Amino acid sequence: MAGAPSIEEVIEDFNVLKCMQCGVCSGSCPSGRQASLNVRRLVRKIGRDHAAISDESLWMCTTCYNCQERCPRGIGIVDAILAVRSIAAHEGHILERHRHVANLLQEHGHAVPIDDAHKEKRMQLNLNPLPSTVHSHPNGLKDVKRLLSSCGFGEITGGEDQ
Amino acid sequence: MKISLFLGCLVPNRYPGIEKATNLCLDELGVDWKELEGASCCPAPGVFRSFDESTWLALASRNITLSETDERDVLTICNGCYGSLADANLKLKNNPLLKEQTNSHLSQIGHHFEGTIDVRHIIEFLYSEIGVQKIKEKIVRPLDMKVAVHYGCHMLKPSSNRATASVEHPSVFDELVEALGCTSVDYPDKMECCGAGGGVRSALGDTALAITKHKLGKIEGAGVDCIVEACPFCHMQFDAGQVSLAEKGRKFGIPVIHYSQLLALSLGYSAEDVGINLNEMDCSDFCNLLENKKD
Repeated sequence: MAGAPSIEEVIEDFNVLKCMQCGVCSGSCPSGRQASLNVRRLVRKIGRDHAAISDESLWMCTTCYNCQERCPRGIGIVDAILAVRSIAAHEGHILERHRHVANLLQEHGHAVPIDDAHKEKRMQLNLNPLPSTVHSHPNGLKDVKRLLSSCGFGEITGGEDQ
Repeated sequence: MKISLFLGCLVPNRYPGIEKATNLCLDELGVDWKELEGASCCPAPGVFRSFDESTWLALASRNITLSETDERDVLTICNGCYGSLADANLKLKNNPLLKEQTNSHLSQIGHHFEGTIDVRHIIEFLYSEIGVQKIKEKIVRPLDMKVAVHYGCHMLKPSSNRATASVEHPSVFDELVEALGCTSVDYPDKMECCGAGGGVRSALGDTALAITKHKLGKIEGAGVDCIVEACPFCHMQFDAGQVSLAEKGRKFGIPVIHYSQLLALSLGYSAEDVGINLNEMDCSDFCNLLENKKD
């Protein structure tokens, strides 16, 4: 397992310390207008200490990239958030619903697998009830499971909830 | 222009009308295409890339190698799939160490990432490979509708990984919609997110829905016949989101159509042919509107 990056690597790789706290990121954030995500503060937290790892607002980012596109200092804000999320996940901080989606991927090779109601909809459209994805290729699904296992995905997503 | 069609999860498993419409459009436009058999989840960038980049790269690269074997570019019909596959493809092409690590995982299933193909998004593909003019010439039923175009995020961003136009004021999607006889109506916050991305819909549904409600309010104010998007995740968020919002007492009633479906309608197919009646919300008014436009 390659593991998650260190917080120091995240700070270095995405120019986090260049942040001058101008607030363009927060002003551009659609989630910030509706929820408690304050991107400007989150960037400062990432740059200062490890507290960002357990900050609940880390998971409120829709990864729309508005903040990163508009950052006057060229900070890789969303990429940094994704990397900090991976540190959090490797330390066991995963939301229950996210763990559920991870289990679906491990079982079906799809985050949203087919169900009977939608097989029916496919047939109404003269499509095969099962799409040509791993849903109709069991060996492909085996390969997907082998890759997930090789990467240690189950161990990462299977730990106790925070 | 040889491509393999990557279905992802939401299109085949929740909105198969988009799959059907895409098949019909690619045939009508004479594209040399085939389905990418045996593909899995892209995997979704919001959650899986967040959890573990190695896993994200391994699964994305497996999907890409399936298409490399066929020597076809991958065509995506979802911004999330595009975000994952295009960004992973670029990362692996540009970073020899990541490529080596990923290939060591892939070697267990007898695959090898070469970096020989590109990942395309259907809007970018139609715009640059077919062109607005040729699409105009193919239209048998000009749609003459007022439309709210929703680009979604990952079609255009991060711009450092995209060949397409402006992030703040793009026009490619609007031009493709107007080629079908529609009017792309401008509205406030047009370039804002639908709310679903980044795993927010799956874990923090109320936050996602609040963003969706804001955007739907702006679209409602513009007085359009439908929303047109190019991402089934945005499609689901606007469509199923309107059902959830109606349950909470806020009714919008704006039909949500993927561009492939809109294109298929203008090529003469019916709303039932491309599954618009299979949306979560009631689209019967929209289907009637189409019927009335027949003559």
